[in-house]
Amino acid sequence: MSITLMIARTEFRRLFNSPLAWSLLALVQFILAWVFLLGLNEYLTQIQPAMVGRESAPGISDLVVSALYLWAGMIMLAVMPILTMRLLAEERMNQTLSLLRTAPVSITQIVLGKYLGLLLLIVLMVLMLSLMPLSLALGTSLDWGRLAAAMLGLFLLLASFAAAGLFLSSLTKQPIIAAVSTFGLLVFLMILYISGNSQGAGSELFIYLSHFGHFLSFLEGIFDSSDLVYYLLFIGGFLLLTIRKLDNDRLRG
Amino acid sequence: MENDTLVKATGLSRFYSDHCAVVDLNLQLRRGEVLGLLGPNGAGKSTTMQMLTGNLAPSTGEIQINAVDLLDEPLAAKSHLGYLPEQPPVYRDLTVNEFLRYCAQLHGLNQSAVPEAVARARLRCSLDDVQHRLIANLSKGFQQRVGIAQAILHNPAVIILDEPTVGLDPIQIREIRTLIRELGEEHGVILSTHILPEVQAVCDRVQILNRGRTVFNDSLTGVGSLEKIFFDLVYQDDPALGDVAAAEANQMRLAPESAEVLAEEVVPSQAGEQGALKTAHKQDGAI
Repeated sequence: MSITLMIARTEFRRLFNSPLAWSLLALVQFILAWVFLLGLNEYLTQIQPAMVGRESAPGISDLVVSALYLWAGMIMLAVMPILTMRLLAEERMNQTLSLLRTAPVSITQIVLGKYLGLLLLIVLMVLMLSLMPLSLALGTSLDWGRLAAAMLGLFLLLASFAAAGLFLSSLTKQPIIAAVSTFGLLVFLMILYISGNSQGAGSELFIYLSHFGHFLSFLEGIFDSSDLVYYLLFIGGFLLLTIRKLDNDRLRG
Repeated sequence: MENDTLVKATGLSRFYSDHCAVVDLNLQLRRGEVLGLLGPNGAGKSTTMQMLTGNLAPSTGEIQINAVDLLDEPLAAKSHLGYLPEQPPVYRDLTVNEFLRYCAQLHGLNQSAVPEAVARARLRCSLDDVQHRLIANLSKGFQQRVGIAQAILHNPAVIILDEPTVGLDPIQIREIRTLIRELGEEHGVILSTHILPEVQAVCDRVQILNRGRTVFNDSLTGVGSLEKIFFDLVYQDDPALGDVAAAEANQMRLAPESAEVLAEEVVPSQAGEQGALKTAHKQDGAI
């Protein structure tokens, strides 16, 4: 276990040794801050006056906060492949994987270590993003349960992106191919959701298979354990595939 | 005596789909021995080393490292191993110190033992001057030395080096050869190389591979010219080069003096296979 954490810590530090993690964090934060301000402005100038005096009117948590997390999920669809592409493909390209393979470390530890290192970055990203809605708590009362559900939902969504990206990164030598294929898979899963909801050709199965449908119920403040199980299965499945793939390398050569 | 056998590989074979890289290879390494693994390109040297270090699973055969079976208990066996692959496996975005610390932790060294192990490996590979620099900014020779430092860091019983002196300048080559000799006193070292004089300078025993088979396995004492043995064995085994060898043999029968001239020409040239081939062809044409 300690070796896994040690690999995770080093992976996390290495992310920040290049400008990549810094610039991605800054970029995502900037775009989301813009989205957040737009939403807040719209709420204050248009929606709030219209809602005055109504019973059970939607509050700021419903409108501004949920929209922010939905945007975050969509932007990360494009950003996460860039973060995951290096994990194993770069090691393969630079032939550094033999360092880990020769050390007395199991493949499970290598894969989990790399994954946990990326999860640390995801936690950091979700926390940084959550500072914006949290700042609203200075001036108004927030729906804490709903905020917590949105944070958990975004974390699980990003963790599932990362697991899929890690697996695709283990398949190839070229980081850019890993990035493109991860992006393709993630967009495909989103298209599944859209096609599941389409008029006339809708399908419950497609909605269930897509990771976006499960994310949306978190955003509505619903914590359904079946959504949680979906994400855990998704993550566990891809991690297992990654371990199998790396193990198979040793046999196939 | 059994304890002194550090590496014992029996009946190793490795197939890449139809292509067969290593066939029925036996290999032994005792403590205090430097074993040179020689062979032309594609003879299976690197494949053998990858199998010995657990990077590649053998198709058949078994490997024991320090009396621990590599395939049954990989983690226990690997803790006795240090390996430098052809391409030094270094993270370019870390500094030398950070990288060596990471390797020490990977090998499960105690938190308290890490700084000392790093300092010792740094000293042995003369890396003190560059310890705070990023590995990406180091020259190939220094990266190679970081790779060697990484392999000896945890004081393993078995050290496996795949062409350790590639890309080094002559002074560094001499230092590394001295280092390998030193390591060979307490540990067991397996070394692969193309440079025949290097083998004669540092190895106690040599095992020559050709097309995945062992064609020579003996100690170097009493061996006059390793180069001659190498070419004889490799030519004999290679049908494509068979006519060259036949011509050479022919010549030896017809004119013993000129064959001696040929041998003299080849041995001191030390230019590797290519130079020898050229000489052989020239002689061929002369007939």
